[in-house]
Formats: sequence, structure tokens, C-alpha cells
Amino acid sequence: MTVEVLKPGLFSSFQDLGRTGHQHLGISVSGAMDELSHRLANLVLGNDEREATLEITLMGPTLRFAVQATVAWCGADLSPAIDGTPVPRATPTPVPAGATLQFGKRLSGMRAYLAVRGGFALAPVMGSTSTYARAGFGGYEGRALRKGDVLGLKSRGLPGIASVSPGTAAAVQRLHDELSGLTIRVLPGREWEQFGAGAQQTLLSHPYRIAAQSDRMGYRLEGQALERSTTDDVLSEAVCFGTMQVPPDGQPIVLMAERQTTGGYPKIVQVASVDLPRLAQRAPGESLRFVLIAMEKAQALLLARERVLRTLIPAV
Amino acid sequence: MRVSEPSRTAGVRLLASGDQCLIVEFGRTIDLGINRRACAFARRLTTAALSGVTDIVPSFSSVGLHYRAAAVPLQGEESPLAALRRAVEAVLAAPWDMDEGATRLLEIPVCYGDDFGPDLDEVAQIRGLGRDELIRLHTATTGRVFMIGFAPGHPYIGLWDERFAISRRSTPRTLVPAGTVAIANRLSVVYSFDVPGGWNLIGRTPWAMFDAKRTAPCLLRPGDSVRFVAITPAEFAAMQRTGS
Repeated sequence: MTVEVLKPGLFSSFQDLGRTGHQHLGISVSGAMDELSHRLANLVLGNDEREATLEITLMGPTLRFAVQATVAWCGADLSPAIDGTPVPRATPTPVPAGATLQFGKRLSGMRAYLAVRGGFALAPVMGSTSTYARAGFGGYEGRALRKGDVLGLKSRGLPGIASVSPGTAAAVQRLHDELSGLTIRVLPGREWEQFGAGAQQTLLSHPYRIAAQSDRMGYRLEGQALERSTTDDVLSEAVCFGTMQVPPDGQPIVLMAERQTTGGYPKIVQVASVDLPRLAQRAPGESLRFVLIAMEKAQALLLARERVLRTLIPAV
Repeated sequence: MRVSEPSRTAGVRLLASGDQCLIVEFGRTIDLGINRRACAFARRLTTAALSGVTDIVPSFSSVGLHYRAAAVPLQGEESPLAALRRAVEAVLAAPWDMDEGATRLLEIPVCYGDDFGPDLDEVAQIRGLGRDELIRLHTATTGRVFMIGFAPGHPYIGLWDERFAISRRSTPRTLVPAGTVAIANRLSVVYSFDVPGGWNLIGRTPWAMFDAKRTAPCLLRPGDSVRFVAITPAEFAAMQRTGS
């Protein structure tokens, strides 16, 4: 019941919905960068959405399945194919024993999520199978995959799912469509007022480019410097997925999935949670536009998405 | 100590930090009293186990509540933020114990100076103190773990007196070894991982601040009392060998 890693890809790591409940001890939540695609990949297979998926970055791995399995992927289109036959997005697809799943050219997005029916066999650490690479635990040996790794599958012989219903496919497609675009909705951050109208306008009216040194911990942005109208110290406090911090050089950093738990830089805005998956699918070199929305709107959008996702959870 | 209504809620502010985090702010300074209130309220919230809340993160002067907006129970047309705010206000207003009860005191062995703490002599010089005097002052204070942050198990401990009010280094080091004890701004930290760091390095402990394989991976928790105890390089080596 194993899968052998013939090529690891650029950075492929197991992730789930995150290691919550331990942030007071400095332990990062980690988890999927694009939680929406992670959940969809599981849901179309009938998996619990908390099952780990393989988060695949830009250049995907080559995996040989020793046993028959059923897989599905969502998120970035990195041209996956089973023994040369392309695998469509969000589609339960059988992999015959001995077959090879290979990723190829990037057609869209930044991260693909690969789920296997029944789940990958991984030992949870502190209640989660997410890889926390900086601390070296969780997922598969606390790190991204390497050539020669052997991945376990939880179960075999699960009844395969023939296909997803047309209604489900349409809903999945609509959710997937929300991942594209370069506009990111934001809310005022904790120190928004300290930045003054000038810096606020600058952030909302100029493009910011995702720098090459961006990773699962944070996206460094390059653009017009953002100046604070005070030099008061900001005390370290809890920070979130999507918190945009501004260090003294004025170039913002958006904290991502493997962020630290606390931060002491001023926080100008907070990315609306509904747009975190879209942000996670943007690659270094792309330029973002930020637009301010109201709190009520941000939460209403989240709840609306959640309602759609709930309709996709298979009846037990 | 049970406290009366006004001082329990006085000056406390509930502030949104994005659409899935609420900050309960008790003040805006590094202060033992404020931090005690924050840590006590964090414990109270942990007991309250509010639906939708995933993490309760005390820091110097506030508590961050991370929540999943879709998991907060709503009344009528209210937003998740309004519902959570209502729930937190209710917890805040009901009697809660600001006394921490018995806090743990941990004595952490530290080998000071030389390769273990390359900035010790410079700090002593800035302050016009001998290195032994600086070590004596550092080990004489019983500190409080204000918060854990930056990295797993990485504690912020304070407060030392004004002689420890020194800035961080202008150029951070690219690698600080795990176990290093460092000071700045009247606080001490203990690096839990090999990471870059900008604090002034004065010593190192053979103890691991974090080990994912332990039942309790983090050695310290917010609210713990900590005293540093000077050890020799030979003792450091022995402790490292035996892992005790």
C-alpha cells in the first residue's frame, strides 16, 4: 500500500486544515496555503476534508503507485498525467497498480493539491498531519518530499467513486473560478490608522509584486514604500494568516500558512480570509492589487462559501 | 483575588484583527500586572471553550482569539464577529479569577560568556559592569514568561532592571544556536531553534526549549516563573550528555 517518490518536485509537502490549538506555545498552524483547493480535492473523493493532501508547488513530483488507488487534484494546473494520460481537475481518477502519476508543465496557479481516496497514512503530531518544515515535524518526517521516499496509503479496497454528479461538478468549478484574479480584498489592520491617508492610499492604488523570496511562511511584496505616521513601538501580539506587516523598510510582508504565531511589526491590512486561497495561487513575479472591503461583507462572503462547501460533503 | 466589576473590565478593548481573529487588549505596555490579567483571561477563555474559537494566544498585553467564522453560532442576522464579541463580553463581565494560583518556578542552567554568549563582555562594557557582576544581576532576577512566540517554545521573559534596557543589535546574526540566552529591552529570550536573531547573546542552556517528541513539547508556558542559574562549561557538557 505504498507510493514511491521517483522525483520530489520543487516543494511537495503534506498539509491538512492546520495544527490549531497550539499557537500559545509558538507553534505555527501551518496547513494548506490554499485551503479551498485542499478541501475540494478531498470532498470530490468522499474523504473527510481534514485528510492530508499533498501540496505541490510549481513543479510537481513523479509518483509510482505500488497499489491501485483513486486520486483527485484541485488548485493549480500542473498537467498531471497517469502513464501519459492527462488527469482532469476535481475528478476521481483510478490509478492502476504499478502506474506512474507525473506532473508536467504549469498551466495555471501556484499550488496543486493531490488527495487519495481513504487518505495518506501519516502519524498526526499535535492533532495534525501538516508539515511544519521550519520546526521539522508533521507530515512526512517533518519535511518536503525527497526522491526515494515511500508514502503509505491508509486503506485499499475502498469502493471507488465512479464520478461526481453534474451539480457537484458545477459547484466545484464555480468555487475553483474564485481562485483566479490579481485583486485581493483586504480589511483594515490593527495599525491601519497609524499609516495615515497617504500610505493607505498608496497601498490601495498601486500594484505590489510578489518577490522571489516568498514561501509558505510569508509573501514579500515589492512596490511603493509604506510609511507610518508614528514611530511608536508596536508590542508583539497574535498575528494571522493574511496579516500584512510593514517592517521599517516599508515593503510589506503578508503572513501565510506557516507564519510565526506573534509579530511586532505594524499591521496595515488583513487579507480577507475568502481571498487567501486566491493569494496562495499567485506566483512570485505577479503583481497584486488591494481593495478594501467591510468586515460584514468579508464574513458574509466566507459564510456563503462555507454553505456551498457543506452541500458537497457526501451524505454518510 | 476576586475583583470587583470595574477593575475586571476597565480599559479592556475588543478589537478585530481581520475577519477571523479578535484581540482582547488589556493595555499597551510591557507590564507584569497587565500581562497577569491577560494570561488569567486567556485561561478563563480556555475553560469557557467558546464555539468556533481555535486558538487563544496571550501576548504581552493582549489575548488573541483565532476563530473560524463559519463555526461561530449566530443569533438572527448577526455577524460572526458580533456573536463572538457578545460571547467574550459575557465571559469578561462574569466573575473570573485574576489570581494565577500556584505558578511554576523553573531554574534554567546557563553557561555564560565566551562561545556560549559572545556578546556578554560587550554588554557588560556598555553598562560599565564586570562580566561577573552582569551574570550576578541576570541570575538574581526571577523573571516571568510574558509570552511564547517567534518560534515554538521561544519565551519572552522579564522584567530586568534598567541596566538591561539595551537595544537589539543593529545587524542581526544569521545564525543563533538553539539554547542561546539573549537580552534586550529588559527582557530575556531563549532561542528554541537555530535561527537568525538580533538580540544580545549572553549565554546558553543545555536544556531544549522545544522537543516535538516530548509529551509536553514546550518547556515553558506563559505565566511561568524563571530563574537562570550559572553553570560551568564542564557542567554544560555533562548536562548535554545526560540530557538532564
